[in-house]
Amino acid sequence: MTTRGFFGRRREAPPRPIPPGQYLERGFPVLTAGPTQRIPLEQWQFSLVGVDGEPLGQWDWAQFCALPQTEVFTDIHCVTKWSKLDTTWKGVTIDDLLAAAGVVNTPPYLMAFSYGGYTTNLPSWDVLGGRGMVALEFDGKPIEAQHGGPARLVVPHLYFWKSAKWLQGIRFMDADRPGFWEQYGYHMYGDPWKEQRYWGD
Amino acid sequence: MTADFGTPTPWQIATVERVVVETYRARTFSLRLAEPRSFRAGQHYDVRLTAPDGYQAQRSYSIASPPPPDGSDAAGAGLADVIDLTVELIPDGEVSPYFHEVVQPGDALEVRGPIGGPFTWGSDLGGPLLLLAGGSGIVPLRSILAHRATAAPDSAALLLYSARTPADVIYRDWLDAQAQCAGKVAVRYAFTRRPPPLWDGYARRIDPPMLSDCIAALAHLDDAGRPPLCYACGPTGFVENAADALLSVGISETSIRTERFGPTS
Repeated sequence: MTTRGFFGRRREAPPRPIPPGQYLERGFPVLTAGPTQRIPLEQWQFSLVGVDGEPLGQWDWAQFCALPQTEVFTDIHCVTKWSKLDTTWKGVTIDDLLAAAGVVNTPPYLMAFSYGGYTTNLPSWDVLGGRGMVALEFDGKPIEAQHGGPARLVVPHLYFWKSAKWLQGIRFMDADRPGFWEQYGYHMYGDPWKEQRYWGD
Repeated sequence: MTADFGTPTPWQIATVERVVVETYRARTFSLRLAEPRSFRAGQHYDVRLTAPDGYQAQRSYSIASPPPPDGSDAAGAGLADVIDLTVELIPDGEVSPYFHEVVQPGDALEVRGPIGGPFTWGSDLGGPLLLLAGGSGIVPLRSILAHRATAAPDSAALLLYSARTPADVIYRDWLDAQAQCAGKVAVRYAFTRRPPPLWDGYARRIDPPMLSDCIAALAHLDDAGRPPLCYACGPTGFVENAADALLSVGISETSIRTERFGPTS
């Protein structure tokens, strides 16, 4: 349906295509359901958990920083309609994390869980092959608390609510189950190029 | 690859019934929905505008009106056939100037909703309620306050509304009427730029002493003096500050619900 009298006031032409329904944002908006979590580094722990709750690996901050660090240069897309281009993230790829834990057979799904109780579900395939990382730095600096520091998941090819802030660990699952926003009507997968914002998209 | 979960939220056509000028930069649009749907106070709708060349822009706007009284949908909620969306003008924006400069009664708009989960309130959650609004963050809190008046009139509520100047306050008459006619509701303003002459209320940003003051006042309104359920909505900086201040005066994290908009610098 064409909207009467609307011609679009494109604030800035994107230098490359951005997903449908998105607009360019220079700042870095915040989508969080509660207060910002502030986790002291000396108390920070990261866990990798198997489908039956068995521990697969655990790291404190120093141990985590000693894992191989990879830099990723990417665009990010939030379900609240903004896209931010040319962001740089540095951290530990899930591939390197699994290798460090000696995990060979990866169960099909995972639930990322965070300090403060946030969760989000992903197919494991979507975080492997360099497509997902636990980021510790954004644009060359430690990630600020309001943007999910000290460590957040970054899975840039999906809407950014999948990139859980204040990440505490990853729990593998045999079957897909909805996380926090997914229970409230957000899409189970969240591909921005298919505009999978909400249930049924 | 992944099965869908839950029921879809389809796009539908809404007809603009009425446009109300709230302030110099806020207008309320009453939309009649082709397909009435129930909603919870605090939720929002998405609006999609389409240009003749197919270019589309989408934005989310909070519902200002309360959910209708309980009715006959599957969950026992009433179906809303008209919803009010209040749109603040962002001068260099793309969608809000369209609303302010072009939209008039009779226009058809594509909308989908309701959307949003944790930042909602219903009588099942009870009170007392401490509502913290920053600028146009008042919009979903107005829906919550209006819903409280009919769904849980015995629940105490205190709204602390931070605005730059009195001219920026949306729904001023309605809010003051709520505070005057309902003994359980209090409304306080904090003006951050230019308070009115002889103003003896707050003239600063929200801080812990101000919140302690409001929580004490709310405890007087609530018969049981219970700790409040808190909702903070506004620009990112406002909400960050308000949520941190709530934690610092002893409100538990699980009692704080937030909704932020706009970028950080």
